[in-house]
Amino acid sequence: MNSLPLLSLIVFTPLAGAVILGLLRGLNPATSRALALFFSLSTLGLGLAAVTGFDPAQTSAQFVERHEWISAFNAHYHLGLDGLSLVLVLLTGVVTPTALLASWTVSRNPRLFGSLFLGLQGAALGVFLALDFFHWFLFWELSLAPAFFLIKLWGGPGSSRAAYQFVVYTIGGSAFMLLGFAAIFAASGTLDFVQLAQLATEGTLGARLAAIGGWWPQAVFLGVLLGLAVKVPLWPFHTWLPPAYAEAPTGVSMFLTGVMSKMGLYGFLRILWPLFPAQLHDASGWLRWLALAGVILGAFAAMRQTNLKRMIAYSSLNHLSYCLLALFAVSAATGRAGMSSDASTAALSGTILQIFNHGLSAAALFFCVGILESRARGAVAIGLNDFGGVRTDAPIFSGLCGVALFSSLGLPGLNGFVGEFLIFRGVFGLDPWAAGLACLGLLATALFMLTFWQRVFHGPRAGATLGGFSDLRGVEYAPLVPLVALMFILGVAPQLLAHLINPLVTSWAGHLTLP
Amino acid sequence: MTLPIQLLWVIPALPLLAASIGALTPRSGRKLAAGTAIVAMAAAFLVSCSALLGALAEPAKHAFYNFAWFDLGASSVRLGWLLDPLTAFMCVMVTFVGLLIFIFSTGYLREDENFARFFCFLSLFAAAMLGLLVANSLLLLFVCWELVGLASYLLIGFWFHKPAAAAAAKKAFITTRIGDLGLLLGMLWLYDSTGSLLFYDAGQGILEPDTLGALAAQTTIGGLAVSTAIGLLVFCGAIGKSGQFPLQVWLPDAMEGPTPVSALIHAATMVAAGVFLIARVYPLMAADQALAGVPFHALTVVAGIGAITALLGAVIAVGQNDIKRVLAFSTVSQLGYMMLALGVGSWTAAIFHLLTHAFFKALLFLGAGSVIHAAHHEQDIRLLGGLRGPMRLTFLTFAIGTMALAGVPFLFSGFWSKEGILHAAHGWSVSPLPLYAGLAAVVLTAFYMTRLVAEVFFGSPRSHSAEHAHENPAVMTAPLTLLAVCAVALGFVGTPAWPWLQARLNGQTAVYGHSLLEGGGLMILSIVLVALGLGAGWAIYARRPRVSQTSVDPLAANAPRLFAALGARLGFDEFYAATFGRMTAATATFADGLDRYVFDGAIRFLIRLGEFAGLVNRETDEDLLNGGFDAGSEALRSAGKGYSRAQTGDAHSYLRVAAIGFVLLVLIIMLGGLR
Repeated sequence: MNSLPLLSLIVFTPLAGAVILGLLRGLNPATSRALALFFSLSTLGLGLAAVTGFDPAQTSAQFVERHEWISAFNAHYHLGLDGLSLVLVLLTGVVTPTALLASWTVSRNPRLFGSLFLGLQGAALGVFLALDFFHWFLFWELSLAPAFFLIKLWGGPGSSRAAYQFVVYTIGGSAFMLLGFAAIFAASGTLDFVQLAQLATEGTLGARLAAIGGWWPQAVFLGVLLGLAVKVPLWPFHTWLPPAYAEAPTGVSMFLTGVMSKMGLYGFLRILWPLFPAQLHDASGWLRWLALAGVILGAFAAMRQTNLKRMIAYSSLNHLSYCLLALFAVSAATGRAGMSSDASTAALSGTILQIFNHGLSAAALFFCVGILESRARGAVAIGLNDFGGVRTDAPIFSGLCGVALFSSLGLPGLNGFVGEFLIFRGVFGLDPWAAGLACLGLLATALFMLTFWQRVFHGPRAGATLGGFSDLRGVEYAPLVPLVALMFILGVAPQLLAHLINPLVTSWAGHLTLP
Repeated sequence: MTLPIQLLWVIPALPLLAASIGALTPRSGRKLAAGTAIVAMAAAFLVSCSALLGALAEPAKHAFYNFAWFDLGASSVRLGWLLDPLTAFMCVMVTFVGLLIFIFSTGYLREDENFARFFCFLSLFAAAMLGLLVANSLLLLFVCWELVGLASYLLIGFWFHKPAAAAAAKKAFITTRIGDLGLLLGMLWLYDSTGSLLFYDAGQGILEPDTLGALAAQTTIGGLAVSTAIGLLVFCGAIGKSGQFPLQVWLPDAMEGPTPVSALIHAATMVAAGVFLIARVYPLMAADQALAGVPFHALTVVAGIGAITALLGAVIAVGQNDIKRVLAFSTVSQLGYMMLALGVGSWTAAIFHLLTHAFFKALLFLGAGSVIHAAHHEQDIRLLGGLRGPMRLTFLTFAIGTMALAGVPFLFSGFWSKEGILHAAHGWSVSPLPLYAGLAAVVLTAFYMTRLVAEVFFGSPRSHSAEHAHENPAVMTAPLTLLAVCAVALGFVGTPAWPWLQARLNGQTAVYGHSLLEGGGLMILSIVLVALGLGAGWAIYARRPRVSQTSVDPLAANAPRLFAALGARLGFDEFYAATFGRMTAATATFADGLDRYVFDGAIRFLIRLGEFAGLVNRETDEDLLNGGFDAGSEALRSAGKGYSRAQTGDAHSYLRVAAIGFVLLVLIIMLGGLR
């Protein structure tokens, strides 16, 4: 294999950047911003380097680094990358620099801001690449500290409470996950995801946990589920999300929804599903209803929000619930006679594409709301009714924001459609009624997105727009243009992403069995 | 020269290119944007003609070219192009009518500051429609279908600073999307049962006999054949797009867009898409025809919805006072006719009417645009009047369009295409009701169009705007003239004596003869009905023209409540607002309330519980444990003070300490591990 530890470089370059920025006390704001951007861009560069060396046909982890680490826990330093990880690394590589560019105007201590942001990025990358629970969990928890301070120190007026709730809620969830893995370690003696997945496929993992006590497999499953469910979030564990997204500064909201919510989904696909196939199968019957509730009630709740950031936050709940719905539908149908593997392939492919596409569109939408916020001159909350006729004064901003909006509501030709179509195609094949009900979410999304568009951009000038509304200028183009360009590119040529994940997903769908 | 099938994408690509150029053109680049749009459309017209020549050489053939879009599982998601006479005729119609509308628009929107953007959207509209026509895949068709919806959204809301236009655009998008969800589900079902969404694929396509036979052989809920259920779901999409009952409510509101947009929506694109969709998937819709013992057939529903819509649109049109809304409801009604024809099994009659209607409806809308432009954007027919003199050419062409729409015998295209539909309905064995609805709508059509012409062009001007109206420049009247010629001439390619068009659409190269007298009784009846409608309209509205804006409509004088109900479009909007609108709002309130009060309340309770535990903890620490040591140890006192200072009860400082402790712990473990 390659002698260069590519994956370690991917994870530790942003972390090194965080340390450097943290230590260079006297750095001026401009240099701090440039340095942070430089380090955050490393992920995209190294991620693309990984794409060139990546063999999609090989479905096991590539670029593997595995070293002895803490023998007491049998913990290894184990990094690896497959199609799923690669997509997430690329997403992080796109979203983080744009989020930093969106934070270009942050004037309060940009050095610390950049340092924390890079820490957040490194932790997320660690989660996407770690294959051993020990440091996976370290990265998982490590991401909370910078997120907490970024929300609290740079956020809106209610940010203290929101940050507190966000962290306590997530830690509360992960505590159960930690306990669960303690039990797993006690039962199996390993924390390596690959080995654990192997054990799970053979059915030994469940058997060994059951040896501790009859209900242990279920309890451990629930613990891990809870930790992940809060992070995504799965309805009804989502109430930390709207305030956190709404109070966070724009760039951080972009990262939270673009990347951090994907950590939870990644956990579902990398840990919960492979390690607990039987338990997830048993639970999917009712988990499916929760995902459906997220799809439908998330979209309907968005309709009621007058705070635009809360509205986009609820729309994220709706979009991520599609991914969970697809996974649960596949899991529920596993082992059923005559189950269509084509449908499973579609559902799982759609999930991964949706993960990437939602990252782009939600980040772009949060940025657009941030622009509105910056133009509102100190309005307390950015309300649906505080603007009007923005399109008259700012046609370029409106055009780009419109693309992001239509991408988010799944317009064909833009990126969002392909993922949603595949999810619906898969879920329909596995569970037609769920797909039919989920259509309500599509309709409600169109309703609130277009209401947002109508109130803010159309009509006569009103509210904050009355005094004029300046169009995008200078660095404000920098986050939006690449995101919108990617929406078009991936909408027309989804093959760019699909070819990276298709063999992996096909192999998943081909090996759906219950132990 | 005929077009190779692989290059069929050029037809939609040309306007798409123009749209991209238009999108990047600044507001000042008016000539560039309009120029590229018109040139691209003209080029697309020429390419379409060449494609038509190719299709006519082998009319029975469905030439296709499929390609992979992206990998999925062991195979891939495939899309493709399709060329047959249906596609080719439609492409020629759309590009030709579209081109004339584009040219007309350069005059109509001369003073608009977003002129360049307008041509960008028009080109996008045309590109999406043409893409829909050449698609050989239901998925690609759906993609273009949604883009048609987007373009109509942008164009209906083109004057977005007007709240009514912004609301109408949203209403159109949402209403059609309701239907689209049905289409989406139908598509998913098809994909799931057949593994393909290609129309034609060398025997594997969804419109080919093997697949259809399999679909019709399975039954699903309610004893319906799977093909029936899928067909009905697909039809939902057509109901939304083509403004069929019960989703017709968006179409009249769409009049908020600039008039050339209305012409485009009502003639060449958008609403035609729904009829085209059903025509395209006709083998699927008809797959259950041979089955006995099913509750009903898919096409029966199509015929029923079409008949209801044809009658409903015509009835409501009688009570409208806005020149564009009368035409809008006439479109609803005419689209009902086309669906009716499809439903009763006369595919060719539907397409023939779709084509003739496109020309005369574009003519009528552009004529209305000409009137509106001349009368300083006055659209209320009560305020117009007397325009026959000052706007001679507009009047003449509008009159030709009216006679084509009303079905004035022999000379006008609408007569022949509508006759075809009525004859088909007459021959339908299931029920005579569609025929009766169609015949009733014939009288009403002739009546409301006469009313419209009389109010607008006869009598005397009833407002300042109407008094000062004068004929528009040639850039607007030339398209009218050309369309008027087509509105007459097009009828002759499909008369019973020489059914050239029908034969080509049916896949026959030779034209077979047809007796003019076959079903002659019905033709006579419908001629009588047209005469009745025209005569009644003339007697009521033209012989005693309206004298002032406020004078009461003769119909309103006799049946005020009925007329008011018609004017209010029979209350569909109010009904939907009271039912679906309220339900949506209630669900949203419920979802939001659940979060705010139930879940968030539970979380707040847990936090309070945690804080309470912390409080108990602190009290016991300080009073019971610390208390004992305080007296004894002087050395520990300062540390104790620091400790109690830390116990501020402020969760954030706890958290900060916890975070630092956590990081330290991590470091210790990591370093320990490395050793």
